Amino acid sequence: MHITIKYFGQIAEITQKGEESLEFSGALISELMEQLYEKYVPLKDKDFKVAQNQELVPLETQVSGNEIALLPPFAGG
Amino acid sequence: MKDKKIKNVFRQGAISSEFIGESIYKHQTKTSIGAHNIFLGQVRADIIDDKTVSAIEYTAYEDMANAKFHDIREAAFEKFELTCMHIYHSLGTVKAGEICLFVFVSSPRRKVVFEALEFIVEAIKADVPVFGKEIFEDESHQWKVNT
Repeated sequence: MHITIKYFGQIAEITQKGEESLEFSGALISELMEQLYEKYVPLKDKDFKVAQNQELVPLETQVSGNEIALLPPFAGG
Repeated sequence: MKDKKIKNVFRQGAISSEFIGESIYKHQTKTSIGAHNIFLGQVRADIIDDKTVSAIEYTAYEDMANAKFHDIREAAFEKFELTCMHIYHSLGTVKAGEICLFVFVSSPRRKVVFEALEFIVEAIKADVPVFGKEIFEDESHQWKVNT
């Protein structure tokens, strides 16, 4: 499956990009994260949440093919 | 007075005092209102390890953030008897001392606006994907985290 992942804040600093498309053959968000940890090792030490289709989701969620985003701690206001 | 359309809450750069004043002025025609309450978030020149924050550079997951602002707006109208409410948040660079968040609630009566404003501001801090890069005077930076 072809999926688009968006990165923000300090996560985007690590990935050096705001967005990318990649090929994913697993099922769960947690498997996708494993794939990303291999690609971006420093990500493992970072605090972030995952959103799918603009809602925060737990790691056990099925990847639906909608937009995925890695969100570091919020700092609005 | 619910509105279903998702608004764009974001403004580029600091929110000026003229803009805030103009917003207050625009409500003078709405004469059922008896009380306004306003929250202004200002960028603080924090000193961290002997370095002073000179600005915050805001970015956001804009689509999700605007959807979350919309949810907060709907929840506030549901919970409180509000005549109207407005939220504006900065994107890009906002210098220390400048305003980065403007929340404006109005109601016929005063008690409601105190409670509503706190509810809204706390929800914004907790639920909206906005990110802040604190820029120090020597141009190094760190990432802000809401506490």
